[in-house]
Amino acid sequence: MREFAQLLIAGLSTGAIYASLALALVLIYQSTEVVNFAQGEMAMFSTFIAWELIDKGMPFWAAFALTLALAFFGGVTIERVIIRPVEKASVLTIVIVTVGLLLIFNNLAGGIWGFQLKTFPSPFPSGTWQVSGVVISQQSVGVFGVALLVMALLAVFFRFTALGLAMRATAMNREPAELMGIHTTWMLALGWGLAAVVGATAGVLVAPIVFLDPNMMQGLLLFAFAGATLGGFESPGGAVLGGLLVGVAQAMIGNYVSFIGTDLSLTVAMAIIVLVLVFKPTGLFGQAAARRV
Amino acid sequence: MGGIWQRAHVPSLAWLGVALLLIIFPPWLAGGYRIFQFTFVVIYLIAILGLNIVTGYNGQFSLGHGAFFAVGAYVTGALMFHAGAPYWATIPLAGLTAGVVGFLFAIPALRLSGLYLALATLALAISVPQILKKWESVTGGVQGLVLTKPHSPIGALTSDQWLFYFTAVVALALYIAAWVVLRSSVGRAFVAIRDNEVAAEAAGIPIARFKTLAFGMSAFYAGVAGSLSAFVVAYVAPDSFDFLLSLNLVVGMVVGGTGTIVGPALGAVFIEFLPSYSQDVSRAAPGVVEGVVLVLFMYLMPTGVAGFVATAGRKALSLVRRRTADHAAAGPVTPTLADQEPRAGPGEGG
Repeated sequence: MREFAQLLIAGLSTGAIYASLALALVLIYQSTEVVNFAQGEMAMFSTFIAWELIDKGMPFWAAFALTLALAFFGGVTIERVIIRPVEKASVLTIVIVTVGLLLIFNNLAGGIWGFQLKTFPSPFPSGTWQVSGVVISQQSVGVFGVALLVMALLAVFFRFTALGLAMRATAMNREPAELMGIHTTWMLALGWGLAAVVGATAGVLVAPIVFLDPNMMQGLLLFAFAGATLGGFESPGGAVLGGLLVGVAQAMIGNYVSFIGTDLSLTVAMAIIVLVLVFKPTGLFGQAAARRV
Repeated sequence: MGGIWQRAHVPSLAWLGVALLLIIFPPWLAGGYRIFQFTFVVIYLIAILGLNIVTGYNGQFSLGHGAFFAVGAYVTGALMFHAGAPYWATIPLAGLTAGVVGFLFAIPALRLSGLYLALATLALAISVPQILKKWESVTGGVQGLVLTKPHSPIGALTSDQWLFYFTAVVALALYIAAWVVLRSSVGRAFVAIRDNEVAAEAAGIPIARFKTLAFGMSAFYAGVAGSLSAFVVAYVAPDSFDFLLSLNLVVGMVVGGTGTIVGPALGAVFIEFLPSYSQDVSRAAPGVVEGVVLVLFMYLMPTGVAGFVATAGRKALSLVRRRTADHAAAGPVTPTLADQEPRAGPGEGG
């Protein structure tokens, strides 16, 4: 039982990181119907920027805030400059463009900062708490707390501000929103900006755990995909829950199913994606879309 | 698509001639490592041809063809390593195994469209190296399997030269097979499904059968390419089949042009030689260039180089025709058929 509780906490902590990245994917999917295959690499690039700032002597939280701001502008710029021209093109075209972005960011980071692993400072103390025999690392709690805080702020923004409402309206049905006087193209760009912010949060939180290198996000992106698929690409709340579930499932399976362990963790993520897509393609919280032919 | 091939057989015969020249000469003009690179161009060509069948002609997107490539490579690797099978004998089995895996994967994939299929195949590509590492008794785990490089049966040829000719002949056979299939009713069914699935279904085309067939066939091609790569390199290891391989194949397909049959050759040349040239600049350069190329091609040449050249050629031709028509009649010009180019490629897929 003690072990179970410990695994649950560890799982929730990594799950919160997956949830952030899954949320980033869903934010973009909702507003532009694009799955951004470069999401992980954008997050990795932001994390390198944070590393550079910290390396230059900036305090952690200041660097974190500045990174999020830069990520926001980066996301908006990418939407306006690169995605906008192919916005109306087919799915295939857009997927290829985001795959192109993936390659660009991955190698650009390698070119600027090198391909070797870097340590990334953790903002959280490395100690542990003992609660009735269950060991809780402060790192896990910190990661979980910050990820949840960022996601909660986002939820508040969407629920209670006029801008958030305009963005939701655009995501829901673009043309009427435009007729109501909403600048829908800017709303889409804003969506990309916010997604970049959530992604950057995930990157900075995970970097102290997995080390920083240009390929750090490939596995993570797969888990985020699994989370988003499980929760449903249509539902931000679902994606967060899906991410958390994937994190917990990974921790549990890794520990209790010795054949799988950590060796096959990515395969588990693939299995989740394929199974969900086959049996409930809309995910747990998505709605089936009727298609007019 | 079709244009070049349907208009007349002359260009296709011309291409065949070019292909033969390209097959016969390179080994005599270039030495050691260059031949090896040419061999890899041919191997990539086969894999991209396969990817093109499912994406370019059938409109299903795969970001995971590296996985089928890996299956082919490992079937050959395991048969040669554990059973001492001759390299040439393993190719059909490698292709078929990859084809069956592709076919099986396509059954759940049938229910997925566009984006989700891309996702599922990407997931497959990312997890394959892990599975290979885990299944150590067969795959040799992280260390991989070291194979013996095939000897040339002809005294006048070095081993590298022989392997180039061998892969080139396999490629030519597969090329012709693809050409025949894609021009047959099966190929037309693939294209009909790509262009409008609902209309194709209404016309009585069994969608599920043809989609799984396209996927299986495509995986077969990737598997054969993988099989060839295994004994050409004489080594198989899990990390050579990471998901960058899958992305590379996509890059090759996009550069050559989706839905064309000459395209894969251009794409294969691009992905084989770009790294070796731009690597001199920096280790990161090839990837950045590939990414930029992907994005730019989507903006400027969605039909790839092959499609672009074909379209430009026909535009030029129609321009000439119009000029002559102007001189002759000096009246209103009726637009020629060539003005209404059927645009192929990503623009109409998905």
